[in-house]
Amino acid sequence: MASGYEAVIGLEVHAQLLTRTKLFCGCATSFGDAPNTHVCPVCLGLPGALPVMNAEAARLAVRVAVALGLDVHEESTFERKNYFYPDLPKGYQISQYARPFSTSGHLELETAQGTKRAVIQRVHLEEDAGKSVHGAGGESIVDLNRAGTPLVEIVGEPDLRSPEEASAYLRALRDVLMFVGANDGNLEEGSFRCDANVSVRRPGEPLGTRCEIKNVNSFRFVERAIAFEIARQIELVETGRRVVQETRGWNERDETTYSLRSMEEAHDYRYFPDPDLPPLVLSRELVDRERAALPELPRVKRARYQALGLTPYDAKVLTAHPAIAAWFDDASSAYGGDAKRLANFVQTEALSGVTLRGLGAELPASSTQLADLMKLVDAGTISGKQAKEVYAAIAGTARAPAEIVAERGMAVVSDEAELTRLCERVLADNAKSVESYRAGKTGLFGFFVGAVMKATRGSANPEIVNRVLKRLLG
Amino acid sequence: MLKQPIAALAEKVRSGELAAAELAEASIAAIERDDARLGAYLTRSFDALRARAAELDARRARGDDLGRLAGVPIGVKDALATRGLATTCGSKILVGPRGQRWLPPYDATAVTRLLAEGAVLTGKCNMDEFAMGSSNENSAFFPARNPRDPSRTPGGSSGGSAVSVAAGMTPGALGSDTGGSVRQPAAFTGVVGVKPTYGRVSRYGLVAFASSLDVVSPFARDVRSAALLTEVISGHDPRDSTSAPRPVGAFVAACERSIEGLRIGVPSQYFAAGLAAEVEDSVRRALDAAAKAGATLVPVSLPHTEHAVAVYYVLAAAEASSNLSRFDGVRFGARRDGADLAELYERTRAEGFGPEVERRIILGAYVLSHGYYDAYYLKAQRVRTLLARDFDAAFADVDVIAAPTTPTTAFSLGEKLDDPLTMYLSDVYTLPASLAGLPAMSLPSFDAPPVDGRPSLPVGLQLIARAFDEETMFRAARGVERALEER
Ligand SMILES: [Zn+2]
Repeated sequence: MASGYEAVIGLEVHAQLLTRTKLFCGCATSFGDAPNTHVCPVCLGLPGALPVMNAEAARLAVRVAVALGLDVHEESTFERKNYFYPDLPKGYQISQYARPFSTSGHLELETAQGTKRAVIQRVHLEEDAGKSVHGAGGESIVDLNRAGTPLVEIVGEPDLRSPEEASAYLRALRDVLMFVGANDGNLEEGSFRCDANVSVRRPGEPLGTRCEIKNVNSFRFVERAIAFEIARQIELVETGRRVVQETRGWNERDETTYSLRSMEEAHDYRYFPDPDLPPLVLSRELVDRERAALPELPRVKRARYQALGLTPYDAKVLTAHPAIAAWFDDASSAYGGDAKRLANFVQTEALSGVTLRGLGAELPASSTQLADLMKLVDAGTISGKQAKEVYAAIAGTARAPAEIVAERGMAVVSDEAELTRLCERVLADNAKSVESYRAGKTGLFGFFVGAVMKATRGSANPEIVNRVLKRLLG
Repeated sequence: MLKQPIAALAEKVRSGELAAAELAEASIAAIERDDARLGAYLTRSFDALRARAAELDARRARGDDLGRLAGVPIGVKDALATRGLATTCGSKILVGPRGQRWLPPYDATAVTRLLAEGAVLTGKCNMDEFAMGSSNENSAFFPARNPRDPSRTPGGSSGGSAVSVAAGMTPGALGSDTGGSVRQPAAFTGVVGVKPTYGRVSRYGLVAFASSLDVVSPFARDVRSAALLTEVISGHDPRDSTSAPRPVGAFVAACERSIEGLRIGVPSQYFAAGLAAEVEDSVRRALDAAAKAGATLVPVSLPHTEHAVAVYYVLAAAEASSNLSRFDGVRFGARRDGADLAELYERTRAEGFGPEVERRIILGAYVLSHGYYDAYYLKAQRVRTLLARDFDAAFADVDVIAAPTTPTTAFSLGEKLDDPLTMYLSDVYTLPASLAGLPAMSLPSFDAPPVDGRPSLPVGLQLIARAFDEETMFRAARGVERALEER
């Protein structure tokens, strides 16, 4: 850090929960549809309409909390956060404030200095607002399809010390949310949103005045926005000026942050318990059930992959998305052979054909197809090179690798007697080279192998060919 | 005809002795005759009423069972959403730029339940704007008037509904009671008004004033009719998270049980300074009659009663300030455009809300604001708990509590309009049961005699029972009513 300063960074993440319906009404949580097509009296905030809590949202929220090691409270309260905005139909957002449903957890992230444990202060439930779209002519359109979508807000302690740590935190958090099936991790579309609180100080000194950077929509930009903000604040302090506590926006084009509003203009949200909703009760049984049903988290998965002989890089690539990891896991258990060989094959041949969609994925081949293909190689039926050809033929189809092998007559010739006859013929056809070899030009061995392979159009089992040639050449 | 008990009218329609259409025409005639003078209705739905009555008669002819409210005309407070029938909550903010009133796309659950039992709707009843008021003078349209003396208020906020029943326009009506908005107009107009336990009746479709206090509440001319309406609208509703998932009691049947042996608590704090002598006299005589009929009168104490007004005006205003935020000119109702968004909000709300609503929004925003929350909102919540405990202690010893509904009889229009505080104090006897969430009702006691050219005026006797014990409340109410009839 420049000139002996330390940055203090805390992140707040808003993540949409992948429920079928909204937090307090029965409207679908689907995106990209025509504006205001998933609305009802409740999410439109019509007079007389009342919220009813979505049990599925509570379940997913609990799952997020237990995955991050938070204490889930049996009783928590919904409160109203009051402010006026056209995309906020009731004039208040239903959120949790004084009594959130979970507190005190942590997230482990990989930094340049090794594994770091960042403390998570709280995770609470709240509803999303709609979207305001501002037209070129100055008119504004409000789309309330998103209004009422369930969110968890994950509030981290200011434990992070660099832009790189901040982005590592976000990646690790997104990984967890995606692997537990709670969130699709889409920053661009706003289903995973981040606000960053940044301040600077000299080490050992009390915390400096902080600024909040709002709504940055990629990991890269989060890193750059924080880096810019740190440099800006150090510059202010160094030149004897003061950091003003304020909310700042991120300008993507200039890669700078700019003042949105100072704290003097900050809202007084007049929080108070929502009288329309009884306390949220999360039973011990629900929490235990969600904890027991927790899938293997990405960090644990990566460690397991490495124990299976994969490199850290392999492990990272294969856990980049839960659908890929699940694909690999399924193929690996159906295969039962060397996981590293499977991992190599997946990375070199199969991964490029994967299309990710939210938490789902379109896979070019099934885990069974992959496993069967690897088994054919292990059994010596086809060579590694042929496996690529077979894979190309099965990708995007439901066909079994064995079918392709049979159809194309690709089975490796492993009959030693037949290969011996073939090798004898090849050596007889190349008598001069045999003489040279025996005279010491042992480099010609590869030439004989190649000639045999050529004669079999690549279908000879190379191990057997090697052994037979060595024997014949004495 | 419209003054008969509801069960009797419904029975006549079910048996074919009386056509729903005849009943509807009688109601229309009464409204057309008297309403220009009394101002009970903001919206009349006579075409729909006639069509529905005809449909009911046709269904009956086919042999259908029309339900327990077959053909009974009901007026509905304008705070309840009615599908396709204008709903303004007594406010101009629900009237669009071209004068069009808001048309809800749905019915309030209480309305749905009335309709399911064969009731027919006459229209939407006048009220204080957003149910804020005790005289109906805060209606953005016109005040309703007391049928007994049109120079006087029928009370509020559900004044129009009370007038509809008291003037014989409809045998029953729906109102809403937040701090006495049904009990007080029932007392002022001489009818029965019932506020069930908070959570007994779904609030879905009731335009919210103070969500933790609002209760959809019926009016009728006699206790058994009121019990019937209460029974019909009660019951759990999955669309209201605060509605109680408990079975509805047999309220009508409870009316037939004798009050012999019933212990009636009489709280000293409700017979204190500020209580008009003629009201006290009327209520004490009614209690004596109940005692003669076999009930036992037991003095009880509700020591925190005097704090109810302050607690109520802090909490109700706080909730209202947030509940009324949705009236912003963006999605429905009135809109006054401005140079920017802030101006649109300011102009829409400044022009759309009347002065009392504005006063309470400002008060509510203040008590919730940073630095004042603990001193006002939180403290009021604590005192609210103490008020509820007062009742718990009293009910350890008695079955039901009896008291005056209001400190005075109906006051004159304009009398308290410029003095909000005096207006607020007139709710002092109805607020505690609201804050404690208890069932409470007002039924007619002896009229206050004419004085100085003032006509005789109705007096209300209030009964308060344990939470969800409407059965005991109706048993006591019918007992008192019977005792007064027999005198
Ligand atoms: Zn909805």
